[in-house]
Amino acid sequence: MFMRPMFRLVPDHTTIQFMRGRYIGLATSAVLSLLSLGLFFYPGLHLGIDFRGGVVMEVRTPGPADFGKIRSALTTAQIPQAGLQRFGGDDQVIIRMDPQGDEKSTQATVTRVRQALDEAQPGSRIVRTDAVGAAVSSELFRNGMLALGISLLMILVYIWFRFEWQFAVGAVVTLILDVTKAVGFLVVTRIEFDLVMVAAILTVIGYSTNDKVVVYDRMRENLRKYKSMPLRQLIDLSINETLNRTLGTSMTVFLASLPLALFGGASLSGFALMMLFGIVVGTSSSIFIAAPILLLLGENRLRRDAQAVPVVAGRKA
Amino acid sequence: MMYFSRLKIALILGVCVLGALLCLPNVLPAPAKWLPWQQVHLGLDLRGGSYLLLEVDMAAVARERLDSLADSARTTLRGKVTGFQPPQVQAAQNRVVVRVAPGPQQDEAVRLLREAATSAGQAEYDVTAQDNEVALSLSPTAMRDRANSAVLQSIEIIRRRIDETGVLDPVINRQGLDRIVVQLPGVEDPNRIKKLLGRTARMTFRLLDETANLSAAPPPGVDFLPLEGQANVKEPVRRRVEVDGASLTDARPGQDNQNGRWVVNFTFDSVGARRFADVTNANVGRRFAIVLDDKVISAPVIQTPITGGRGQISGNFNARSAQDLAVLLRAGALPAPLTVVEERSVGPELGADSIRNGAIALAVGFLLVIAYMAVFYGLFGWFANIALLVNLVMQIGVLSLIGATLTLPGMAGILLTLGVAVDANILINERVREEVHNGRTPLNALETGFRRAYSTIIDSNATAFLAHVMLFVFGSGPVRGFAVTITVGIVTTLFTATLFARMLMVRWYVSTKPALLPV
Repeated sequence: MFMRPMFRLVPDHTTIQFMRGRYIGLATSAVLSLLSLGLFFYPGLHLGIDFRGGVVMEVRTPGPADFGKIRSALTTAQIPQAGLQRFGGDDQVIIRMDPQGDEKSTQATVTRVRQALDEAQPGSRIVRTDAVGAAVSSELFRNGMLALGISLLMILVYIWFRFEWQFAVGAVVTLILDVTKAVGFLVVTRIEFDLVMVAAILTVIGYSTNDKVVVYDRMRENLRKYKSMPLRQLIDLSINETLNRTLGTSMTVFLASLPLALFGGASLSGFALMMLFGIVVGTSSSIFIAAPILLLLGENRLRRDAQAVPVVAGRKA
Repeated sequence: MMYFSRLKIALILGVCVLGALLCLPNVLPAPAKWLPWQQVHLGLDLRGGSYLLLEVDMAAVARERLDSLADSARTTLRGKVTGFQPPQVQAAQNRVVVRVAPGPQQDEAVRLLREAATSAGQAEYDVTAQDNEVALSLSPTAMRDRANSAVLQSIEIIRRRIDETGVLDPVINRQGLDRIVVQLPGVEDPNRIKKLLGRTARMTFRLLDETANLSAAPPPGVDFLPLEGQANVKEPVRRRVEVDGASLTDARPGQDNQNGRWVVNFTFDSVGARRFADVTNANVGRRFAIVLDDKVISAPVIQTPITGGRGQISGNFNARSAQDLAVLLRAGALPAPLTVVEERSVGPELGADSIRNGAIALAVGFLLVIAYMAVFYGLFGWFANIALLVNLVMQIGVLSLIGATLTLPGMAGILLTLGVAVDANILINERVREEVHNGRTPLNALETGFRRAYSTIIDSNATAFLAHVMLFVFGSGPVRGFAVTITVGIVTTLFTATLFARMLMVRWYVSTKPALLPV
């Protein structure tokens, strides 16, 4: 255990012909992304308080929560539209309220809920309050989207700068497909879309790019090394050569995210689930989407650059 | 790639030790004052506390400036120009308009107003005549300066008010043009603070116009203001401010000697005291009003002139409200109303739960990754694991050095860094293994493996780095904590995976000279 590796994730020198499945891969991805896009419009994302505004309060009651009492107290306090939800243990309740017009009335609502709770179940403690005004929530949303958009753009520019443009296009198209699937995943699982989720999606993007860069790096190297190998064969070779690394890193990130999903508590489990989903999608898209796009963009165009630079035989690339 | 001079080894180990030293402040108290003793702060979501985002009402700032401009324009023109209408505020255009027919009178008005504009140095507004009106328009720069100073002044006042409540380590920062972030560690229910900050607390002493008919429209220069606590009782208060609350030097809650009711005792500064003495002297037997934020707190009859510069406000107070009013008066008035636009508060028990959950996840994740590396990469996996531990120490060290705030998403960031950090080691190991299969000697395989894996490692980390810098720029609150931990983690990873782990492998190779690499 202390010297030689005990197992290999994938045997060495595999010759799986991934590019055979390129159309199936692309089609599956396109269908999933289109479905996700549809889900985005209906029923749509479940926006968290950061982006929707409103009030969320987490309450711990002295004994088991009495929903009837709390509800009637809230109704008396003229907050009838509040959503109540059990959360974790018997004594934990989450109260949600929609945005209240302007900031002042949002604040007034918070005060009224506190009073209503004191009447309904004296000794209740409000362990968390989030109250976000309408103006702030739309700003947070805009900033979240800006962060996503600009990151994608910078990744495009970086890869373009470091590789040929075909790689950059392949990577960004794949990333966009990944992100749409992430959106679909959020809609299906009804996980709230909030700032933490933007962070999760950005991390998935960063991670997925990382994966693509490694595979691309090997393709670029092989393009210089095997001047006459058909591109399709070359891409397959590159993916096979990097398979242990691709799956290995996915495994370690997966193993690191798993305990977050299991023990991280309510606020991090959404984040972790998105990470787990993103790892699976990102890894498979490196193989089944990013590579086929490169193949479609054409052998001739990619080779031109490589041939333009004469490589001295025997020199290590 | 394979040669590490003694100096280089010493440097690498030195950096590791430095990282460990930087972690010390988190567990030990500072041994000496002069030592830089920075530590990681726990975010409000972990230690419990309140976060308030306040917005300064800029429209009110502009409105107030225009009102005072209209007042001074009236004073400037009174008695010197005939036939002008009272100046009118046009808030939407940021200007005050005085109607006066064209001709010598208008020219004179323009001359006088221009003179007044430049008398205090830099002109804050332009005076222009058009048709039958003269307009005083505030320049955008002047408005910006005024808005800016309103925010800075608000921050100062907020700080004073919060300090009075005894909250420890409040953090008050400006955000953007017109917003202020207030962080209150340990404050689970920010209601009292919100109440304190929700009032501008502008106190004025004014005379009443006892001839005014309350059932008719207010006469010019008089406002009908409601009595505090009794909105339907109005008092006819003159607009002219006799003494401003800014002249107060002190205010304390106390109890009246005669009836034991709660009152607020105040002291004027010398200017305020003289002014107050003059006013009360000239108006014995009349009533004056103490007005706070457009509400009359009390309107007593002046029995005798008050010359000592001391006074007492008796309203409908209890111990708490007298105390709060005294705090507000001592801290001074806000230049404009504040609105809470975002509030987040977390109780300490929820924070403690989060810390526990995060710590468990971190420990389990760390063990899983270590086990994976040991099982799948053997000896070199263990080198990676040592590097991983060093990485964790260095990451915490750097976070301490920059005094970063650790949030719950930040803990997730540390865990993800652990997962991604070994990627560089995996890349190197896989590459070395390939080179061995290509028939290279151990030395040659290590050398080539390191070099070829390098550019890949840089490329893959650079893109992740870019993404998280963006998250830091556009994110807010706990999410920023995530972005910081992950960007710091990427940088420390580059050091531990490419320098430290490589050094371990090279030192091992040089000392054992194996015929076969354990890959």
